Amino acid sequence: MSERAVTEIPGAAGGRGDAVSVLIRGCAPYGEGRADLLLAGGSIVAIGADAAGHPAARGAEVMDADGLVALPGLVDLHTHLREPGGEDAETVASGSAAAALGGYTAVFAMPNTEPTADTAGVVEQVFRLGRQVGLVDVHPIGAVTVGRRGTQLAELAAMATSAAAVRVFSDDGDCVSDPLLMRRALEYVKAFDGVIAQHAQEPRLTSGAQMHEGAVSARLGLAGWPAVAEEAIVARDCLLADHVGSRLHVCHLSTAGSAELVAAAKARGTAVTAEVTPHHLLLSDECATSYDPVFKVNPPLRTDADVAELRAALADGTIDIVATDHAPHARQDKECEWAAARPGMLGLQTALSVVVSAMLGTGLLDWRGVARVMSENPARIGGLAGHGRPIAAGEPANLVLVDPQARWTVRSAELASLSRNTPFEGRELPARVVATFLRGRPTVRDSSVVYPDVAIEVGVTV
Amino acid sequence: MTASTTAAHTAERAETADAIAAGPGTVASGQPGSSGLPRHLLSAADLSRDAAVEVLDTAERLDQAIAGREVRKLPTLRGRTVVNLFYEDSTRTRISFELAAKRLSADVINFSAKGSSVSKGESLKDTALTLQAMGADAVVCRHSASGAPHRLAGWVSGSVVNAGDGTHEHPTQALLDAFTLRRHLAGGAHGAGLDGRRVVIVGDVLHSRVARSNVLLLATLGASVTLVAPPTLLPVGVEAWPCEVSYDLNAALAGVDAVMMLRVQRERMDGAFFPTVREYTRGYGLDLRRRGLIASDGIVMHPGPMNRGVEIAPAVADGDGSVITEQVANGVTVRMAVLYLLLSGSDLSGERGGAV
Repeated sequence: MSERAVTEIPGAAGGRGDAVSVLIRGCAPYGEGRADLLLAGGSIVAIGADAAGHPAARGAEVMDADGLVALPGLVDLHTHLREPGGEDAETVASGSAAAALGGYTAVFAMPNTEPTADTAGVVEQVFRLGRQVGLVDVHPIGAVTVGRRGTQLAELAAMATSAAAVRVFSDDGDCVSDPLLMRRALEYVKAFDGVIAQHAQEPRLTSGAQMHEGAVSARLGLAGWPAVAEEAIVARDCLLADHVGSRLHVCHLSTAGSAELVAAAKARGTAVTAEVTPHHLLLSDECATSYDPVFKVNPPLRTDADVAELRAALADGTIDIVATDHAPHARQDKECEWAAARPGMLGLQTALSVVVSAMLGTGLLDWRGVARVMSENPARIGGLAGHGRPIAAGEPANLVLVDPQARWTVRSAELASLSRNTPFEGRELPARVVATFLRGRPTVRDSSVVYPDVAIEVGVTV
Repeated sequence: MTASTTAAHTAERAETADAIAAGPGTVASGQPGSSGLPRHLLSAADLSRDAAVEVLDTAERLDQAIAGREVRKLPTLRGRTVVNLFYEDSTRTRISFELAAKRLSADVINFSAKGSSVSKGESLKDTALTLQAMGADAVVCRHSASGAPHRLAGWVSGSVVNAGDGTHEHPTQALLDAFTLRRHLAGGAHGAGLDGRRVVIVGDVLHSRVARSNVLLLATLGASVTLVAPPTLLPVGVEAWPCEVSYDLNAALAGVDAVMMLRVQRERMDGAFFPTVREYTRGYGLDLRRRGLIASDGIVMHPGPMNRGVEIAPAVADGDGSVITEQVANGVTVRMAVLYLLLSGSDLSGERGGAV
């Protein structure tokens, strides 16, 4: 099944659906109580007993949400949409569909495209593509250095003042390893309240690295990616951020040691935030035993002890957010030897379920906590005013409705992504996104994508 | 083929089977794996003690069966196709497998695919599908990427034999080493393991597939293994292996039954793993003095090719107790046993299908 989403929707544009009004009946905001929500004009206009009787409720589409949890629309600070240049793996359109189905209303697109998103022109192109598709707000991340080569700063201010209004900069995929260049980048973005999102990987310590260095890599004969290669950069960057008084964001933090370093830095007042991916919350390096490169990712899957520490650090706020690092890859880049495969995993459509499994199922977070780490905090770090807002009257109607009782089995062929490299193939996961609203307009209804204006449901389901 | 030669062939087959059969673990089933071996030989860890002993016993029987023959060939795998899929240059291993397969009368195809999908050749998967379409009964795979034979095993229906993958494993090398050790230390007795025997493996353990396979197999067979190397050439995580680790070669050699020297790769010499070749040889080379530290009837092994004067002194390599050329000869015998056990269980012609 699952014919792919069409890439061009004639006449489609973000925000067109603002006229829609929807009355959501009986949902549980943050999993607490029951309330009606009335969405109109792109905002939540009424909540609770007032909603049904509100003048705007007349003629509104009524959605029965009994038993569904309402959360602010999710925000992913770390997505690879692959366009331009990698359209065989993902496009802004297919990635947007995956995001909407995963409960996201905004995603930040990493700049490791071809060409690199290191100029105002490229970030504006990606931004516009996102607007045309209209399923999620696509916010490009700008490259820190020209071509992500780590030698010369890209025109960061030009990207910041472009139509895409870039605030997050990253050379993700590669580390800004030169300490002087990193210092300058951190300093420079203070002028427009930017943040450097660092892919923390000491390159010399990870030359040829294939997986976490430890007992499993020793057994499998795969070159090790030691935890210290991440931790050394995290420590250095925290000190640099302190020194220049700037904001640092640590991408896909993956080790217990990194979490300790971030906790210590926060305790002394460093402006550092950190993210963890869903896969690092659920999977360990033992997965590599199959030599199936669907489990190859950078940073690599770590040990069970790291997984436990990352969960604890996410629960206690040391780690601020969950970000997917959604990294689609064409089949030939995964159907090969481990060493030849490209690193990365799909994440957008499974992230919420994985977080529910790893954090809610274990009692480490409640639904408010999920809203915090998957919506409110990432919106704040990325500087998005209209996302990650409370579910309250007058707020933007960016929402997701989740069936907390549902269970579903991941089938890569049924995901909206053009790629199939999910590490959760065949795995049963809890919780399912039923509906997503972007400024009051449903982008997902009955777990299927609703394309703007065209109002047809394409056969893409979760 | 005439009726009479077919009959003769069948009789000969039966005779071979008799000559080789009888031993523990004999199962009267024509199913793959009936030998106690898994369908593929990817790692020494795939072998239980019984399965490992059965390979060694079978190798002994094959050796005897072939020794009395004018034509050093058994008809056992006639009509079967064995593909040697070599992504790395390794003339000695390829020839060893080729000879093993030919002595069992299999058709052998050498598929040299230097380079890999990394260097823009045909992908491993496409090559696998090609071999599958051609009906290969066994694929012997040598590859520079660890785990490549594991991937291959998922794409072909025949048996896959790992002939060395990256820095992972080389299980038939470990089997031939165990075979050699058993002959010298346990008289080659059928059913015997290597219980209580002490073996020291010296050198670049970090990058050595020979070391990984040997540690696993020798431990399975009851030997106690000590790895000796400079700390830079031992993997992080080695403490989880079923062996001891030492940095002191002199101390480790005292009274052991066997010492196995690993080849130091040229590229490691420039990779800052140790300061100079001279310093390496001083600390970890096997010279005559150190040779004198092992048990008086102890043996010296090397998987080859040797760097004479680096990890092993010529006088040791060619001296008393050196079994290095014997290892090469045993390699053919053990690989015959592996191919025999993997392939004779899955009789396609229906001609045999009985006990092995």
